[in-house]
Amino acid sequence: MDKVLDVKNLHISFTTYGGEVKAVRGVTFHLNKGETLAIVGESGCGKSVTSSSIMGLIPSPPGKIVNGSIMYKGKDLTKATDKEMRKIRGVDISMIFQDPMTALNPTLTVGTQLVEGLKHHKTLSNNEARKQAIAMMHLVGIPNPEERMKQYPHQFSGGMRQRIVIAIALICEPELLIADEPTTALDVTIQAQILDLFGRIQEQLGVSIILITHDLGVVAKIADRIAVMYAGKIIETGTKREIFYHAQHPYTKGLLHSVPRLDLKEAKLIPIDGTPPDLFSPPIGCPFTARCPYAMEVCDKVYPTHSKISDSHHVECWLQDDRAKLVAGSTVTSK
Amino acid sequence: MKKDRTLKVTNLKKHFHIGKGQTLKAVNGVSFDVYKGETFGLVGESGCGKSTIGRTIMGLYDRSDGEVLFDGKNIHELDEKETFSFRKNMQMIFQDPYASLNPRSTVSEVISEPMEIHGLYRNKKERLERVYQLLEEVGLSRDHANRYPHEFSGGQRQRIGIARALALNPDFIIADEPISALDVSVQAQVVNLLQKLQEEKGLTYLFIAHDLSMVKHISDRIGVMYLGNLVELTESEQLYSNPLHPYTKALLSAIPIPDPDVEETRERMILQGELPSPIDPPSGCVFRTRCPFAMEACAQQIPKWQKVEDKHYVACHIYNDDIKDKRPIHGRATETIPN
Repeated sequence: MDKVLDVKNLHISFTTYGGEVKAVRGVTFHLNKGETLAIVGESGCGKSVTSSSIMGLIPSPPGKIVNGSIMYKGKDLTKATDKEMRKIRGVDISMIFQDPMTALNPTLTVGTQLVEGLKHHKTLSNNEARKQAIAMMHLVGIPNPEERMKQYPHQFSGGMRQRIVIAIALICEPELLIADEPTTALDVTIQAQILDLFGRIQEQLGVSIILITHDLGVVAKIADRIAVMYAGKIIETGTKREIFYHAQHPYTKGLLHSVPRLDLKEAKLIPIDGTPPDLFSPPIGCPFTARCPYAMEVCDKVYPTHSKISDSHHVECWLQDDRAKLVAGSTVTSK
Repeated sequence: MKKDRTLKVTNLKKHFHIGKGQTLKAVNGVSFDVYKGETFGLVGESGCGKSTIGRTIMGLYDRSDGEVLFDGKNIHELDEKETFSFRKNMQMIFQDPYASLNPRSTVSEVISEPMEIHGLYRNKKERLERVYQLLEEVGLSRDHANRYPHEFSGGQRQRIGIARALALNPDFIIADEPISALDVSVQAQVVNLLQKLQEEKGLTYLFIAHDLSMVKHISDRIGVMYLGNLVELTESEQLYSNPLHPYTKALLSAIPIPDPDVEETRERMILQGELPSPIDPPSGCVFRTRCPFAMEACAQQIPKWQKVEDKHYVACHIYNDDIKDKRPIHGRATETIPN
């Protein structure tokens, strides 16, 4: 399969008064053509920072890409100049933001905002641009697009605004779409409409999607592959089924057990105790050690090696080590 | 077993005047009972009036019409002294653990303030002892008492909010979206804590949230709201296995289930359109503009609140035998309805 994007050993830090926050600490993943990769994790795990860095949106200072590479079409985006990035943004890679209330400019009509990107990147007549904008509004399910073009964002509801944001992101037909919590601010019945729309645009435009979310239900619905992030690292990746049915990392398992399911009746939820570590001084070993029920002595001291369970399923946990398997059940202390 | 009723809400209305002679009907005639020791869940999407109900019951808003009886007393007709003692029995946990704690007060000040106001303990030392005890009950330690709210994570702050609500030993707690600002793994911690406290102290909860899977997990009975009205009320298992109102069905099918196999095989009903404005709600049934089954009667009559089976109430003309012509007017009813 063709790789659209290849991220290797990415490190991103932010300089603050309190010291250096190591938000992303060595992240490696790739995205195949036409697939949806979900990056899942709790707030502060670095999932949004990772995705903004692909768009070249890390403010510098205070942010800095310390190490690593983001390869897109044979070009390293971490080394691209501002001018080069401007040519990529919108045309090759687009982004949808969480909050449709703040992602749009309140002083410009929706039509102006739709056409803006198109005219910046392509030489088109006004009429041609308008036609394309109307077609795109039609695609994302906005009724009566000719009239709606002339309206301002405040005249749209939350769900409709998110459709506009999606239309703006897709108007130059990008190859890669990054959606950062695209439905978190929406109500469930509207979320269902938007998720439905994602399926449709992927079918019609063949766009590859990186979906950033914390909602495992949304992931189960639209992702092909999943990367689970914790404290600035990807601790497990796999296909949707591998992660949901054969999760290996205790954090992934914990995450899956801590959400109630509508279709089942559980007596008690099993929460993950404690809170994520402080990224000013992240632990040397596995960052999940303090919350892990299977923590061993080694976990605290050395970061786990990379284990391959199948071609697509990778995990970073000492429990995968053959030596841990030998002693499993006897000395693995359950806290 | 007939349980004791502790809260009785009858035809509660809360209208806000928003100028230009317009009224926003946030809550428009809602009735339900809450029994002692149970968890009653109120769910609905944003703007459906669920939080307004909580705040009106608490007395933070005056009602526009209807009544709220708490232990037999109408809470909107209490005099000052009675209100004072009513507050001791009913407390509230708020949604945003960042905004609901005073950043200039230490944790012990936050928790002991209600005790001070109500003169519960003789002196500061006794109050402090109680603060320590409460902190331990909610899973924090006594060392935390002298710290300020900003030193805590969201989940810990919510625990402080819970400790404050428990400070007066209330019987009834209104929890307004207590976990929606928290991370997934921390949500479960707080929900388990709420359940543990309920078992230990026999608390009654009114649990208000938009996340139906969590509400179903924690509640004994659930009321589903839409645009200021209660549309369905039943026991939580029943609501999932046999939803009657088209809105409840749509809401259930809109919630993604974290299991790929289930997700792929589920039939779903995607609602068209969006929530109408509560300033100018549709005539008759407020859901009719999005309902795939809407019929002629829906625009003309407000559906009555009726008992369809044991402990199962619904407000929908589909279940009204007086209406003869039940043909849908949109022609959209061919969409699959999960059952």
